[in-house]
Amino acid sequence: MRGRGTAILLRIAQAVPVIFGVIVISFVLTRALPGDPAVQFAGAAATPESIEEVRKALGLDKSLPEQFAIYLGDLAQGDLGQSVSTGRPVLTELAARLPASLELTLTALILSCVVAIPLGILAATRPGSWVDQLCRLLVTAGVSLPTFFTGLVLIYVFYYVLGIAPSPLGRLDFIYLDPPHVTGFFLIDAALAGDWETWVGALKQLILPAVTLALFTLAPIARMTRAAMLTALGADYVRTARAAGLSRHKILYGYAFRNALLPVVTTLGMVFSFVLGANVLVEKVFAWPGIGSYAVEALVVSDYAAVQGFVLAMALLFVVLNLVIDLAYSVIDPRFGAEAK
Amino acid sequence: MDRRQLLKGGAAIVGVVPFARAFPVFAASADQIVVVTGQTINSLDLHRTGTNRPSYQVAINCYDRLVTFGTKTLENGDISFDYSQIEPELAESWTTSEDGLTITFKLKPDATFWDGRKVTAEDVKWSFDRAVSVGGFPTTQMKAGGLSRPDQFEAVDEATFVVKLDAPSKLSLPDLAVPVPFVINSEVAKAHATADDPWATEYLHTNPAGSGAYKVARWDSGQQIVFERFDGWVGGPLPQVKRVIQREVPSPATRRALIERGDVQVSFDIPDKDAAELAEKMTVYSTPIANTIHVVGLNFAFEPFQDPKVRQAIAYAIPYEAIFQTAAYGRGAPLWGATDPITDASWPRKSPYFTDLDKAKELMAASSFANGFKVPLSISTDLASWMEPTALLIQEAVGKIGITCEVEKIPGANWRTAVLVEKRLPFHLENFGGWLDTPDYYFFWAYMKGNLFNSSNYENEELQKLTEETLPMAQDDPEYLPKIKRMFEIAFADLPRIPLYQPALNVAVNGASGYQFWFHRQLDVRPLSVAEG
Repeated sequence: MRGRGTAILLRIAQAVPVIFGVIVISFVLTRALPGDPAVQFAGAAATPESIEEVRKALGLDKSLPEQFAIYLGDLAQGDLGQSVSTGRPVLTELAARLPASLELTLTALILSCVVAIPLGILAATRPGSWVDQLCRLLVTAGVSLPTFFTGLVLIYVFYYVLGIAPSPLGRLDFIYLDPPHVTGFFLIDAALAGDWETWVGALKQLILPAVTLALFTLAPIARMTRAAMLTALGADYVRTARAAGLSRHKILYGYAFRNALLPVVTTLGMVFSFVLGANVLVEKVFAWPGIGSYAVEALVVSDYAAVQGFVLAMALLFVVLNLVIDLAYSVIDPRFGAEAK
Repeated sequence: MDRRQLLKGGAAIVGVVPFARAFPVFAASADQIVVVTGQTINSLDLHRTGTNRPSYQVAINCYDRLVTFGTKTLENGDISFDYSQIEPELAESWTTSEDGLTITFKLKPDATFWDGRKVTAEDVKWSFDRAVSVGGFPTTQMKAGGLSRPDQFEAVDEATFVVKLDAPSKLSLPDLAVPVPFVINSEVAKAHATADDPWATEYLHTNPAGSGAYKVARWDSGQQIVFERFDGWVGGPLPQVKRVIQREVPSPATRRALIERGDVQVSFDIPDKDAAELAEKMTVYSTPIANTIHVVGLNFAFEPFQDPKVRQAIAYAIPYEAIFQTAAYGRGAPLWGATDPITDASWPRKSPYFTDLDKAKELMAASSFANGFKVPLSISTDLASWMEPTALLIQEAVGKIGITCEVEKIPGANWRTAVLVEKRLPFHLENFGGWLDTPDYYFFWAYMKGNLFNSSNYENEELQKLTEETLPMAQDDPEYLPKIKRMFEIAFADLPRIPLYQPALNVAVNGASGYQFWFHRQLDVRPLSVAEG
């Protein structure tokens, strides 16, 4: 148990240089981007003097090391700076938008796990059967359909033609007020407030974009589950368990699945990270006020503070995510941390 | 009563009407309009550094200016702003002194801010001081009307405001009708000003304090803005609609589905393609944007373009009609093939060039680059919707007269720097639209040496002199027209910019009426009303 604790602490300590590296790289890279924010923000009819005024107002007339020192000082006080394009503190903006993206991404991931994992297990236990073919079909469809395309098709069918989906206008329709802000997750906040009408409203808005993303994430999870289960089912310990006459259920879930879970969790971690990036398009299609569209807008106008804040927030998120995955390993595989002794 | 109850109330009444489900839900509530747009409002204060163009509509809908432009009905029945007519907004009347150097405004006595306080000349002065002092775009725009220093403004008494000019200019009064010189409740603003931020930009960024027709009931950055009518407005006829909800929907396909389903009443600034297709199903306004031209820029810093024959050869090679149909779906106004002599000062106007490949080949053969040359044709990825098809068509056409070009796509963030600030793109597409709707204003920005939109590094002494002379000159001055005509001649002969077409601003309307086109290309929600039937 102590070994495991030390291992976890070590993992956390390893994150510090990673984050510092991210800070330096994001700072340097944003400044290496083409585009001059002073020109961008000086407006339509800028004169050279007004561009200089703007440059000064943004603090971009100072030298790079000086700017970096100021940035570090602000960061130490928990200040991610002010986004020029939205005129609001980056931290506020991220805090408002990250939950929207996370709610969408997590719902989609849960949805795709619920479908993909059983499907993968079934496909692995009956290779070549119709379930296996169905799995193959879904996987192929999921990988080959771009998210914005799926999104648009779903909107066309369920909103435009059938009229059963709500208008694709973000997280809530006009008739609802946002639930009181606690976590930023509308489903959780509405439930906490006991406002079930808003809860249903938020859920309705969530279904189409979540299904769109789920279709996309389903593929790697189902494939990995199937492959890992096939490997596990062909392993010696399963043969031994079978020979020992253990129940099919016990073999499948107690031994094979537990061992197959490790690669599945690893895949989940990877899927989560690339979905956070990939949902930019889904956010655009469904007018979802998430972090992806924010970051893209910021990049387009060279909004330094916003881009750096976004990169930093993502880095922190992935550090936490990797930590959570490692912890999940330690639950699944008791040998975790043994080598840290 | 909160918003939800209010809306539900409306919906419940609809529920008892037969076939109610067929009605657009919100149009039925009669006092509310939902607008969708792909643009993001990033500030409620136009004067702030970094405020983008979509945000200018807050200045229009929530603040008053001293004066505004009138409206006129266009040939096709659409309503547009009328540059030639200045009408009162906050000012009741105004007089210009004999020498044209002093403009005296009398404020409307019953004008109040949202908080009930009377609008005074002191507020106007503070707001104008702010516009000329904060720097950046507002200050530049104020300068266009000859307004550059706080000492030019004086609050004589509560209701009398005086503007003093260094030189008389026909642009001064119109410049007071653009979105920039809006009047702020200075007491509210001053209460939130700090030593670092004397103009209260932090506060007004999220909290407008005006006397305009609509208040901002809610602003969720990146999502929506909700305008709520101010019943005490005296700047014009009281709007019919109590509440206007404007939602940001980045995907054009989604916006189209929403307007077609009738769940929203206005879809603002839609792509030309959608406009052409939606026009068969609902009202679509496509107004050519005032004083705006899509052009091909030929940079004089690039040697072959210093040869006038090469420039003219290109002007004759361009497939104008194909570009207009492919890139603009025929929306907007063609700007080529003028045959009549110039008799008036209207602008934008057609150039005398048209597609004639034989003529282009002749000119090319007679030039000092008879064997052709290579040049990259630059476009911006942000404006790819019109620039890309246009560039491909031009690439193909000039290929036939021996000019080899490769289309170079420049990322949006870098575009302005490359094309306008560094002016380093030899062959490029460009567009400029001037708020003050006169040719001399356009020429000032796009043809004067060193000015921002002169992306061609063009320089012509005579044109330069004429522009400076005509800029302040009244349009009915007998010398104005001859000078302007000469400017057109020079511009079309020298061809630093080859006009293609005048783009249109497309707005689809389904269940609302009263749409008006404005030069600032933003939605004026004040005249909108819910359509009957």
